[in-house]
Amino acid sequence: MANTEEKIKKVSIICAKGALEDVYASLVLTNGARMEGIEANIFFTFFGLSAIRKNKMDKLHTSTVGNPAMEMPGGIPFPTLLGSLPGVEAGVSAMMKKEMEKLDIPPVSEFLEMITASGGKVYACKLAVDMFKVKREDLYDDLDGILTVGDFYEIAAGGQIIFT
Amino acid sequence: MTQREIAGVTIDVDDNGYMTDLEQWTKDIAAAFAKEVEIDALTDKHWGVIEYLQKRHKEGVALSIRKVGKSGVVDIKEFYRLFSGGPLKKSSLIAGIPKPVSCV
Repeated sequence: MANTEEKIKKVSIICAKGALEDVYASLVLTNGARMEGIEANIFFTFFGLSAIRKNKMDKLHTSTVGNPAMEMPGGIPFPTLLGSLPGVEAGVSAMMKKEMEKLDIPPVSEFLEMITASGGKVYACKLAVDMFKVKREDLYDDLDGILTVGDFYEIAAGGQIIFT
Repeated sequence: MTQREIAGVTIDVDDNGYMTDLEQWTKDIAAAFAKEVEIDALTDKHWGVIEYLQKRHKEGVALSIRKVGKSGVVDIKEFYRLFSGGPLKKSSLIAGIPKPVSCV
């Protein structure tokens, strides 16, 4: 697939939501950029911050309520009422994680380590850190920094910004 | 099916330029591919990765950066350093195996 357009050289991805699928979308995009030799930053803000909080990162859930695309195994639509029952969200999330592991998609903690090892940079949003009253030691060990929005734009300079 | 000349021989390649017949692969071809993707010299570490990829490919395993990182041959950081600018794609090209289809 040779492309004559100019190649993407740098991306900065903003992960602002903390549902399993939102976080994975951001992680796959970031890691995928590095796999292609593209410089990559990932910036976690608001509920996305859960993905770099040590006590939450491997316990993220997918939403079973208000998620019209949800299906049961076999492609049957998933009733929202069922999704609101205790334990259903945890069960569905566990099943999603099992399916992802089959596809060689790592848990969030390992995915972050892969991104760091690849040379990708991982940042937290200062506003979100302050708002959730999170301490540095509660965040991913290899974090490259806690940034203000101004810092973020500086770091993102010369590249594309993707908000997920 | 396309053919191309490399390292003084003719090989079969796919539309992306990846080899389609590992039987045709030689170390000279690998070295020539490496130069094309801006890797000047293949060290023992590079050859270790190449051998691992070929072995797993023959076993029918679809490869990912994660698998290479867990191979015991190189860790992920080293893999990126060795095949800078696209480790899985570059190493697969040099190893004479198909273009990787993994998203991780």
